[in-house]
Amino acid sequence: MGYTVDDAKLLADRAKLRFSREQLEKATQELNDMIRYVDQLAHVDTEGVPPMSHPHSFANVWRDDEPKEGLSAEDALANAPDRHGQFFRVPRIIAGEEEG
Amino acid sequence: MSENVLDLSVHELRRKLLQGQVTAADMVDAALKRIEALDGAIGAFITVDAEGARVAAEKVDRMVTEAVRSGDEKALPPLAGIPVALKDNICTRGLRTTASSRILESFVPPYSATVVEKLQSAGAIVVGKTNLDEFAMGSTTESSAFHTTRNPWDLERVPGGSSGGSAAAVAAGMASAAVGTDTGGSVRLPSAFCGTVGLKPTYARVSRYGVISYGSSLDCVGPIAGNVLDCAIMLGVMAGLDPRDATSSPEPVPDYVESARSGLDGLQGVRIGVPAEFFAPGIASGVRETVERTLHRLEEAGAELVDVSLPHVEYSVAVYYLVATAEASSNLARYDGVRYGLRAEGKDDVGSTIAASRTEGFGQEVQRRILLGSHALSAGNYAAYFDKAMRVRTLIRRDIEAALEKCDCFVSPTSSTTAFKIGEVRDPLAMYLQDIYTIVANLAGVPAISVPCGLHQGLPVGFQVFGPMFGEPTLFRVAAAVEQASAGEMRRPKLEVM
Repeated sequence: MGYTVDDAKLLADRAKLRFSREQLEKATQELNDMIRYVDQLAHVDTEGVPPMSHPHSFANVWRDDEPKEGLSAEDALANAPDRHGQFFRVPRIIAGEEEG
Repeated sequence: MSENVLDLSVHELRRKLLQGQVTAADMVDAALKRIEALDGAIGAFITVDAEGARVAAEKVDRMVTEAVRSGDEKALPPLAGIPVALKDNICTRGLRTTASSRILESFVPPYSATVVEKLQSAGAIVVGKTNLDEFAMGSTTESSAFHTTRNPWDLERVPGGSSGGSAAAVAAGMASAAVGTDTGGSVRLPSAFCGTVGLKPTYARVSRYGVISYGSSLDCVGPIAGNVLDCAIMLGVMAGLDPRDATSSPEPVPDYVESARSGLDGLQGVRIGVPAEFFAPGIASGVRETVERTLHRLEEAGAELVDVSLPHVEYSVAVYYLVATAEASSNLARYDGVRYGLRAEGKDDVGSTIAASRTEGFGQEVQRRILLGSHALSAGNYAAYFDKAMRVRTLIRRDIEAALEKCDCFVSPTSSTTAFKIGEVRDPLAMYLQDIYTIVANLAGVPAISVPCGLHQGLPVGFQVFGPMFGEPTLFRVAAAVEQASAGEMRRPKLEVM
C-alpha cells in the first residue's frame, strides 16, 4: 500500500516543494522505505496508553500583561527579500485580469 | 602547536587569568590563530567573528584589571575571556546565522538567543559559528549546504553530527568550549566521535529562545567541552528559567561543578543500570571492550552495577523519525521567502515563489524529512502514524522511569562504532540507525551525557550516562569518574601535521 509517484507529488505540493520527475521517483522510493520501517509500530500494543506530545506538562504558563519593547520595524524588515516602506512586499497573490 | 594556551581547561584558564598569567586577548588570539592554522583542513566554522571577539576580549580584560585591583575576584564572571563556538542554528544578533542551509545563507538575526546572552554575560567570547547538518538533520555534518567538517582525529572521517563543527572546534583547540543542539543525539554523537564531553540536558533545562527549531518537543541546547568540569561550568551558565521560552523550567539550577568534583571521590552508593538492550550484539567489538572495561572500573570505584531492561527501546528510531519529522514539517513551514531567507527569482505569483524558494533553499535531507513528516500528519495517516508514535513514546518513557527506579543512572555506548569514513553511510535509513543509543533521551526528555572512555584504533569511544529528569548532578558525578578512570587511555588528537 505504498506511495505512487503521483501520491508523492501531491504530498510534495502540500508541503510546497517542487520536484522534477526524476527527483520524485527517488523521493517516492525513500518515502516507501521509511514507511516500511516505521510500520513496525503497528505491532506494538498501545491499548489504553495515552499519547505523549511533550516531556513536560506545563500548562497555561502566564506572564503579566506588561508592555515591553519588541523588535523595531526596521529590525524586523532588515532580512526581508523585498520591502515597500514598512511592509514586506510579495509577488502578486490574486491573478490579474490579463490572465483571464 | 603544543604551546596553545587553549590546551588548558576552562577552570585552569580562569586561575591563570586571575593570576595575570594570561589575558582574554591572549585566549582569543590563540583561538583565532588556531582557527587560521587548522580550519582550512577541518572546516569546523561557517563564520569566524575575529573582530567581534577581539573587541569583547578588550572589554573582559578591563573587567579583570578591575576585579584584581579591587580584590573582588568573585565579581569576575565564570567564563571571563573564554573563547566559545556556537552551532550555527543559534541566533546571534548582528552575526550571520545559517543553520547550514541555503535558505538562511544571508540571514543576520535581529536578536540573540537567550543562551548566547547568558554566555556573554558570563564573560564568554564568541569566536564563531560552527557547521552542522542542515537544520540539524543528520548524524555526520555531511548534509551541511556549505561544506563537510572533518574529524580532527582523522581527516578522512566524519566528526559526527549534527553539532559536528562545535565538537571538532573543541577537539582541535579552536575554542575552549562550544554549544550544540541535540534533537536525537546531535551533541552526544559528535562528542563521542571527536573525544569531547557533550551533554543533552533535561528537556526545558536550557532556554530554546532564539534557537532555530527542528523538533520542538525534542530539541535541547547543550554544552560541549574538553572535560567534565568545563561542561558542568558551561551548563551552570546556560541553564535556567527564561520568560521568553514558556517551555523552560522553573526548577532551580544546582551547583553542577560541585557534582562533577564529587565524582573524583569514588562512586560509593551509586547504582548504575546496565540495560540489556544497549549491550546487545551490533556494537563494534573495540567499542564494546572499551565501554565494558570502563564499567568494570566504575565498579572498582564503588558503583553497584544493576541489570535493567528497556523493552520498547527497539522502537525508538521509528518513533523518533515520525515525531521529529512531523514537528520539523510544521516548524519549517515558516521558510516561505517572504519575511527573511532566500526568495527564488522569476516567479510572478506568491504560491510559485514560495514553492520555488523552498525547493531551491532546502537540501535533500531536509526535503526528505518534510515529506515524511507531512505523511505522518496528513489526515488519513495521523492515527496510524503520528498518534501511534506518540503512544509508543509514552511506553518508552515508562520503560525509562521503571529502569530508574532500580538505579540512579543507566549507561550505554554513545555509538555502536567509532567515527566512520566520510561518504561511508549513504542509505538514509542506515544513517538514522546511527542514533539508536541516543534518541531515547530526547523522546523521554531525560538528560544524557557522552564522555570519552578511551581510544579504539586511535579513535575516541564515547560512554553515555542517562539520568532522571533534572538528574544532571548524577551525570556529572559519574562522568567525572569515567574521565578519571580513562585518563590513562585518553589524549588529544595529533594535529601537528597541519
